Amino acid sequence: MRLVVVGNGPVGHRFVETLGARDPDRVFEVTVLAEENRPAYDRVRLSTWFDGAALNLPTVTGVDVRLGEPAESVDPAARTVTTRSGNLRYDKLVLATGSYPFVPPVPGTDLRGCFVYRTVDNLEALTAFAAGKKTGVVVGGGLLGLEAAHALHRLGLITHVVEFAPRLMPLQVDEAGGAMLRRYVEDLGVTVHTGRAAARITGEDAVGTVVFADSGVLRADVVVFAAGVRPRDELARVAGLETGPRGGVVVDETCRTSDRHIYAIGECAQIGGRVYGLVAPGYAMAEVAADRLLGGGATFPGGDTSTKLKLLGVDVASFGAIEGPLDVTFTDPATRVYAKLVLSDDAQTLLGGVLVGDAAPYPALRACLGGPLPAPPLAMLAPVTGDATGNLPGAAQVCSCNAVTKDAIVTAIREQGCADVPAVKACTRAGTTCGSCVPLLRQLLAESGVALPKAMCEHFDHSRQELFEIVRVRGIRTFSRLVAEHGRGRGCDICKPAVASILATQGNGYILDGEQASLQDTNDHFLANIQRNGTYSVVPRIPGGEITPEKLIVIGEVARDFGLYTKITGGQRIDLFGARVEQLPRIWRRLVDAGFESGHAYGKALRTVKSCVGTTWCRYGVQDSVGLAIALELRYRGLRAPHKVKAAVSGCARECAEARSKDFGVIATELGWNLYVGGNGGFRPRHADLFATDLSTEDLVRYIDRFLMFYVRTADRLQRTASWLEAMDGGLEHLRDVVVADSLGIAAELDAAMARHVDSYVDEWRSTIDDPEWLRRFVSFVNAPDTPDPSITFEVERGQLVPAR
Amino acid sequence: MSTQWILICQYQRLEPERGVAALVGGTQVAIFRTFDGDLYAIGNLDPCSGAHVLSRGIVGTRDGAPTVASPMHKQVFDLRTGQCLDKPGVAVPTHPVRCRDGQVEVGLWPDAPT
Repeated sequence: MRLVVVGNGPVGHRFVETLGARDPDRVFEVTVLAEENRPAYDRVRLSTWFDGAALNLPTVTGVDVRLGEPAESVDPAARTVTTRSGNLRYDKLVLATGSYPFVPPVPGTDLRGCFVYRTVDNLEALTAFAAGKKTGVVVGGGLLGLEAAHALHRLGLITHVVEFAPRLMPLQVDEAGGAMLRRYVEDLGVTVHTGRAAARITGEDAVGTVVFADSGVLRADVVVFAAGVRPRDELARVAGLETGPRGGVVVDETCRTSDRHIYAIGECAQIGGRVYGLVAPGYAMAEVAADRLLGGGATFPGGDTSTKLKLLGVDVASFGAIEGPLDVTFTDPATRVYAKLVLSDDAQTLLGGVLVGDAAPYPALRACLGGPLPAPPLAMLAPVTGDATGNLPGAAQVCSCNAVTKDAIVTAIREQGCADVPAVKACTRAGTTCGSCVPLLRQLLAESGVALPKAMCEHFDHSRQELFEIVRVRGIRTFSRLVAEHGRGRGCDICKPAVASILATQGNGYILDGEQASLQDTNDHFLANIQRNGTYSVVPRIPGGEITPEKLIVIGEVARDFGLYTKITGGQRIDLFGARVEQLPRIWRRLVDAGFESGHAYGKALRTVKSCVGTTWCRYGVQDSVGLAIALELRYRGLRAPHKVKAAVSGCARECAEARSKDFGVIATELGWNLYVGGNGGFRPRHADLFATDLSTEDLVRYIDRFLMFYVRTADRLQRTASWLEAMDGGLEHLRDVVVADSLGIAAELDAAMARHVDSYVDEWRSTIDDPEWLRRFVSFVNAPDTPDPSITFEVERGQLVPAR
Repeated sequence: MSTQWILICQYQRLEPERGVAALVGGTQVAIFRTFDGDLYAIGNLDPCSGAHVLSRGIVGTRDGAPTVASPMHKQVFDLRTGQCLDKPGVAVPTHPVRCRDGQVEVGLWPDAPT
């Protein structure tokens, strides 16, 4: 079956993705016609483009996506679509053409300096034009208008917002909420004009002034129209399909148009008499259409118009009705929080609500929509307590992105044994899209009796993150003081290495100094990796995997002279096995003298930054991947972390360094570097997520610095970045907020912490072999230092020594 | 029969909350100094892994009892009794140990199993 999808926006993409996942036998041969000349991207997050965020959506394999090749016409009788390259036959057609920005029909909107706010191309053009300009005016004070105002403000323009309605965001918030929002917006220096309309734009060859209908005038260099969108139904209209009186391709509850071979989804469709300009109903339509094409019986469940977002740094949420029979409101001018719940006239049913300034109660309230409130209204509006989910009805949708109910989550916990947030996510898909319900998932786990282990062990009631903060804030420098003041007993193999790591990252220098030596696991204590027979392995650092013949010869000679088994590691270095404790200093004396240093293979620390040869040799390379890998490895070497950290740099999109399986991976582009985070090989493999694209080397290093330090500060003991990211409230978005936009205001601290690490790095092995006091530890027997451990014996296998069996 | 004591090393040679290995009459003994300064000696052979490594484990406490965790797979042993607290029925021998005139001494023969 030939399926043609017209439109490559988020809804079209979601449709193709859903269909692909549910059509493993490839019944459908899919062609996507895309008007824009770039791969599918997440328009919902368009404004994060200014932060350098990566907007690209995952590529769906096995689909013929034709970028920059829009559909020009559709012939339903012949079942063909015409593009510039000819006619395409289809068996089924899906229209996902989206919307176009509405520009008010006033004179002057064609002047240079007038823009809309819909595509990356729009943003690029706006950014280029706005350089050096002074004043910008946004026409439209809704959600998109405020995003556009934020953008102009950040581009350095004096910014005005003009809204025809008497308040900002008239569709989402009520009058009082709009007033609170206005105070936040005005505090940023943005001027708000409500109840006014632009009558014309004037200027010579470019924008000069905006003239209001009430005859007022604003000087302006840039005007952005963000006054709503209209469905793009022109293809359908010309093809004779039924369209609505106010636009939109009319579809039934299965998303089928008046032609049985044609479906329409997203903002171009009119369903149940309505056109939705939001992504969530569009996603729901995409799922319905995919299900129907595969023979299913899904119907459109009704549009969820709930919204939660951060606009100009202000949390705003709205769900259900914003006006109704009864309402409970809460206003705190001091903290600038406004909240309102709309209730049925018997005060028993939650019909909707508005939150401005603090959206924390949103997930729980959103889940109660249409049902009784589990607690008195004011208690629900207070800062999230601990037990908000207990009285939620089982059918309440906890995750609205993926339509997962409380019942489904509780079943996953009780019957499928999901014992933590990542397991619940993997099992139910709850929390995998926007992440705002992750706190609720955690509560449901706790309420189901799954103990979320916070206490590290019997000696501390704290999590690793809490201990990190205690150590940091109180300036604690020893385990003894920490356990005396904040714990009990004398520690164990769980808390001691964790505290050792915390002390090490907070600048306690050499990990074997003083009492710290007693905290270390044997690997860190002997700066080598213990093996099954009680011997150790030695891994010198080979940054980026680049090594001279002279150094290779030294490694070979050392291995030969000490009878060590050698093997190439997965991280592009060489592991030397079978060293007895008392041999380690002599082995390292030779290695250090030849210019080697510790590879920290024994530590919960940065291991390697793997690389391909990049532009140095490779005919495909676009950047110097080896040079960057070496610089990164030298920058982060020795950094103690909750678990090991692996990294890689690939010199082009062919990705020979396998960067996406690493904690952080860098892939070169023509313009700079793409950064990926949270990848993992091992027991539960995970591909790293695209974090930011086309970065300069300077920005790349700054982001990695903050990513690593934030991980070091906040992860649990033995938690790799992959599960840390999966368990994070808000997920990748939150991480991006912290690292790129500094939403927690800690970026300067993270930068300073990394700078301290880089400045204070010393090679642990060089420090050790130069100090007789420390060398005394490296003996087989305290009363017979020259007697090798007689229990260690070897045999020969394939020409090398291995433990005797 | 009176215990025959073998001189091992100076007490100062032992670091708090760390162990050392010693050869005592041909067997390997792991000797520990706890935070409070007490001395304990147990067999160095980790019965769970078969490697002579207990002297290199992390010293701590469990419910107040002094312990060492095997560096191989982290099973915890009670330093006073040699009992493995994570695997019932598994134990390592204990040895008499004392400090005399600043010197650590270990009894030649292990204690009779308790």
